[in-house]
Amino acid sequence: MPVLEIRDLRAAAGDKEILRGINLTVNAGEVHAVMGPNGSGKSTLAQVLAGHPAYEVTAGSVSYMGQDLLDMEPEERAQAGVFLAFQYPVEIPGVTNAYFLRAAYNEIRKARGLDEVDSMDFLDLLEQKLKVVEWGPDIMSRAVNSGFSGGEKKRNEILQLAVLEPRLAILDETDSGLDIDALRIVASGVNKLRAQDRSFIVVTHYQRLLNYIVPDHVHVLSQGRIAMSGGKELALELEAKGYEWVDAAAEAVA
Amino acid sequence: MSDTFLQETLTREPVAMAEGPEWLESLRRAGADRFAAVGFPAARDEEWRFTPIGPIAQTAWAPAVQAGDEVSRDRLAPFVFGHPEWSTLVFVNGWYSEALSSVGPLPAGVRVSSLAEALRADGRPLEHLGRHAPVEGSSFTALNTALFRDGGLVSVPAGVDLPNPVHLVFVTTPDAAGTASHPRNLLVIGRGARLSVIESYVTLAPDQTYWTNPVTEVVAAAGSWVEHTRIQRESELAYHVGLTHVDQERDSHYRSFTMAMGAALSRHNLHVRLNDENVESLMYGLYLTRGEQVADNHTAIFHDHPNGRSWEVYKGVLDGRSRAVFNGKVFVKPEAQKTDAKQTNRNLLLSDGAKVDTKPQLEIFADDVKCTHGATVGRLDDLALFYARSRGIPVLAAERLLTYAFAAEVIEEVALEPVRTELERLVRERLGS
Repeated sequence: MPVLEIRDLRAAAGDKEILRGINLTVNAGEVHAVMGPNGSGKSTLAQVLAGHPAYEVTAGSVSYMGQDLLDMEPEERAQAGVFLAFQYPVEIPGVTNAYFLRAAYNEIRKARGLDEVDSMDFLDLLEQKLKVVEWGPDIMSRAVNSGFSGGEKKRNEILQLAVLEPRLAILDETDSGLDIDALRIVASGVNKLRAQDRSFIVVTHYQRLLNYIVPDHVHVLSQGRIAMSGGKELALELEAKGYEWVDAAAEAVA
Repeated sequence: MSDTFLQETLTREPVAMAEGPEWLESLRRAGADRFAAVGFPAARDEEWRFTPIGPIAQTAWAPAVQAGDEVSRDRLAPFVFGHPEWSTLVFVNGWYSEALSSVGPLPAGVRVSSLAEALRADGRPLEHLGRHAPVEGSSFTALNTALFRDGGLVSVPAGVDLPNPVHLVFVTTPDAAGTASHPRNLLVIGRGARLSVIESYVTLAPDQTYWTNPVTEVVAAAGSWVEHTRIQRESELAYHVGLTHVDQERDSHYRSFTMAMGAALSRHNLHVRLNDENVESLMYGLYLTRGEQVADNHTAIFHDHPNGRSWEVYKGVLDGRSRAVFNGKVFVKPEAQKTDAKQTNRNLLLSDGAKVDTKPQLEIFADDVKCTHGATVGRLDDLALFYARSRGIPVLAAERLLTYAFAAEVIEEVALEPVRTELERLVRERLGS
């Protein structure tokens, strides 16, 4: 059984249809890169999978581990092992990173019938996970993403991913706004988290990230549809030829 | 205008409240005369436009009576926090209770006592009493001045850092039903001295209607540092109208935190006067209302001299059909150049029926100043809610978490850690998070 099976997915924001028939199958342990120009719908796809309330699914189906993903609330998706690393992580002044992450961790455990962990045990767990993003413990006493630099916000998303251990991780333009050092840390964090039972959908505009996180499959979105799919070499070809090439090919097919 | 019960009483009868020296009689007389002349504010009074004080004015309040021994330390325990070596003065229905109070070890010259006791003990006038909060300023202050029985007196001499905070606890019992008390506090901080004071208004009678009308005068001498926390947790059927007046001298630092979560109607006026150069005033506030509660905060900052800095953040979380009023006045005199004043009022509405009237009022007569203000009234942020849910936190828990976060942000500004922890606990308890 595939981890994720998307069939003819259509979604709109208000009157505007953004996804116009997406088909995609992700198997356990695979890394899929989803590329495309601005406005092609790649971030929308990521957010629809996480259950963002701004989008309305108008047609199609999404099966996650055999369950109807579209029928699940955002928190149920997370509890079932879906994780979205946000393109723009939200600042929550007034709540520490440690408190927020432990709350999330315990909710997911509760949903799975496991005991909650207390703050001391959680700190032990965190100590290991912080190493994934090369961070010290200080970051945990700061308010969630509040006053974080762009790079710190993205690292924090990867830290959450490391703690929550999802089965399907969707990274929405995690490379945007990162300098080369931050990109290296974030990408190497992701690589450490690659596993047999964990799949990734890596949404990105640039090929650059894929030098670090090497995908098994690359898909290129154009105007709300997957216009091309291929292996990791497709990303390089795209880098050389530009998105106009894909758009032209998509038009020719249409 | 028809006279109120209290107005009549004060006009016809001599002021014979707590016994006191002659100078005090004339101070009380001034308050009584003032109140007899003006009475309670009229509905059209701009300062009280959004504050329905009708029930206060129309009730024939009896004076608060001295409670018996039914209040034990155990019953007070939920309201007392911090460390045992803190000084705690307890007033039951406005009457000082020596048995429930404890004064920790104090450095030489520091005075922590009941005001009434100090007035009895001292032959000479208490230097600052009634000199800072003028009876002309408000009917309620006039009434307090006429009728106050007791309150906290804290005086720290020049150069002394009082390491432990002083907690003034005003607690009401079921005996307080139908009564009014007028606590009067005086905090005098000498040159370069340092003091933390907590003023708590709490109740053992959550189903009773009573009225508390406190006035606190704060005198911060040059170079002093003062943290002043005010926690109002009255019965939700009670009325609370309080005034804090602060006078600050050169290079002094005053920081206030005002928490309002009790009372059917609460009003707090915080007036801060910057009497010399290079003064810093930080004013933080949080109000949590529900049901039909009304919480009103009026602040007034008087920048009379150059290089003053005032920083103000008041936040509110409103549920049910409750209402909040915020009015923030900032006055900058022509000579108060290089003033840096910032004022923020942010409100979170948890229900359709809640309502906020917020009004910044800046009167700036100097040209080289930095003065900003902003007010918001809104709901929980959808995106933040989605973010929390996408991490597995169920929608109700996510709403509580974000509501708590909104409130807790301003609590972070409290310097004293045990006070911060207590305020966070109170917010958690109220919001169920």
